[in-house]
Amino acid sequence: MLKDITIGQFFPGNSIIHRMDSRFKIVLDILYVVMLFVADNFISLTIAGIFILMAYAVSGIKPIMMVKSLKPLLPLILFTAILNLFFINGTEEPLFKWWVITIYWEGISTAIFMIVRIICLIIGMSLLTYTTSPIVLTDAIERLLSPLKKIKLPVHELAMMMTIALRFIPTLIEETDKIMSAQKARGAELDTGGLLKRAKALVPILIPLFVSAFKRANELAMAMECRCYKGGDGRTKLRQLKASGLDYMVSLLMITVFGFIIVDNMVF
Amino acid sequence: MNAVETKNLTYKYSVGTPFETTAVDDISVTIEQGEFVGVIGHTGSGKSTLIQHLNGLLKQTSGEVFINGRNIWDKDVNIRDIRFEAGLVFQYSEYQLFEETVYKDIAFGPKNMGLSDEEIDKRVKKAAEQMGLNEELLERSPFDLSGGQKRRVALAGVIAMEPKILILDEPAAGLDPAGRDKVLEEISSYHKNSETTILLVSHSMEDIVKYAKKVLVMNKGKLFCYEDVDTVFSMSEELKNIGLDIPQISKLAHLLKQKGIDIGNDIYTVERAKERLLKIIKGNTDA
Ligand SMILES: Nc1ncnc2c1ncn2[C@@H]1O[C@H](COP(=O)(O)OP(=O)(O)OP(=O)(O)O)[C@@H](O)[C@H]1O
Ligand SMILES: [Mg+2]
Repeated sequence: MLKDITIGQFFPGNSIIHRMDSRFKIVLDILYVVMLFVADNFISLTIAGIFILMAYAVSGIKPIMMVKSLKPLLPLILFTAILNLFFINGTEEPLFKWWVITIYWEGISTAIFMIVRIICLIIGMSLLTYTTSPIVLTDAIERLLSPLKKIKLPVHELAMMMTIALRFIPTLIEETDKIMSAQKARGAELDTGGLLKRAKALVPILIPLFVSAFKRANELAMAMECRCYKGGDGRTKLRQLKASGLDYMVSLLMITVFGFIIVDNMVF
Repeated sequence: MNAVETKNLTYKYSVGTPFETTAVDDISVTIEQGEFVGVIGHTGSGKSTLIQHLNGLLKQTSGEVFINGRNIWDKDVNIRDIRFEAGLVFQYSEYQLFEETVYKDIAFGPKNMGLSDEEIDKRVKKAAEQMGLNEELLERSPFDLSGGQKRRVALAGVIAMEPKILILDEPAAGLDPAGRDKVLEEISSYHKNSETTILLVSHSMEDIVKYAKKVLVMNKGKLFCYEDVDTVFSMSEELKNIGLDIPQISKLAHLLKQKGIDIGNDIYTVERAKERLLKIIKGNTDA
């Protein structure tokens, strides 16, 4: 159901990962993604995998949440795996041959490799949002992008838009759920019938949803104006982001792992 | 016959996450047909969650729900039929409106039931009239109405389905006093005319006393009690302990008693208080 969507969901906590400076977390997460793509053999991928699993263990996020974050992207994962399985040509004899389908040992191993890589990627990104509140996250993004103000990019406004969007995802999900329930109570059929019928059945959900989203946006704008919001110029921050020894230590660990993987790539 | 019956009904939100909450905890209750039941409980006590089980919008974590004697999750029961039998009006129901005109919006439910156009027309007009919406309003867009009018349209949308069991989640919240009375009166007359079972969730003890015969009290997801109005409101101490209040006039009666004027322990309505007070005053002057 809708409630199972975990994107942007945040689980408060007090672990090392929670306490890290969110700017570091973002940069290290990007570094981690790069690392996953640099890793080109199973040993380095395993190292990267163990790294993220350890991070989860330290963060105190329940393992079930990893599975939940993968669920919406399952089709993508399967699609990638199947493509690799069928279209990779090996050098040796095919393992399996039937009609147009030929499967080589290389196909299987690449498929597994890709699955593991995508899984690591998704759970790595999820860890960032699981352990960082959306507000802090956008705050950090604003800081990281602030050099771009020089080229007249409205960084603050973009960050504010993101904060608001993230803030309203759960609200809108909840609202959709409510409206769906209300229409179902009046006998609306949402999950039966052909494509056209289903598309039509969405009308009673989408119209109230849009109406209330616009109303909310309007009210929010009004409320912000009443509190004299006028953009980022001269605005100070309530929460200052501060890097601590912890952040440098984790960064060092990350760089070490990265170095390890590069070396590993060169050796094998 | 029993209109509504639950057996050990339990529901948990967000199972398997750190936010897991038991919103409805092991509730077994039987509500007879034709009953007018008030449902009260502090904020977050699970009232809305409980009533959403009665037409199968939520599926219980464990336990059973029977509507008019049928287990609603049985394989041969069509859940849509249950939804037409047990009409549910949501808290802030005005947000469900979507059609171009009020008429079409009220007709949405009956249309889903597969009724004939004539029958739909008859029901829409009847429901609109019952909810105090005049003919001229029917052709307007529901989005141009005031909050109170929207609420009535939403109520009419469910009443037009003519459910045997009508469940209302704070139908009068946020309406002006005249609007509240009108809406609740209409619900009450719908109850009398068609012998339906009504479950009315409300935070207003005055409303509950005025309209309901029995009261279902919820506390932290558990059933606190399901008793007659008299029995429930005589437990003022217990109610206070679970964050609920008794009607203001009952409080006044208590205060009067402390000052030595005993007008009885069963004062829940202004009318009765007036009656008793007049009796006492008359008695004094006679003597
Ligand atoms: N969609 C949801 N997801 C998670 N938890 C929820 C959800 N809806 C309600 N809850 C929780 O379930 C409990 C019961 O909520 P419910 O809405 O049933 O209370 P209520 O008695 O109707 O309150 P109110 O008088 O404020 O309407 C609360 O603790 C609430 O936080
Ligand atoms: Mg409620």
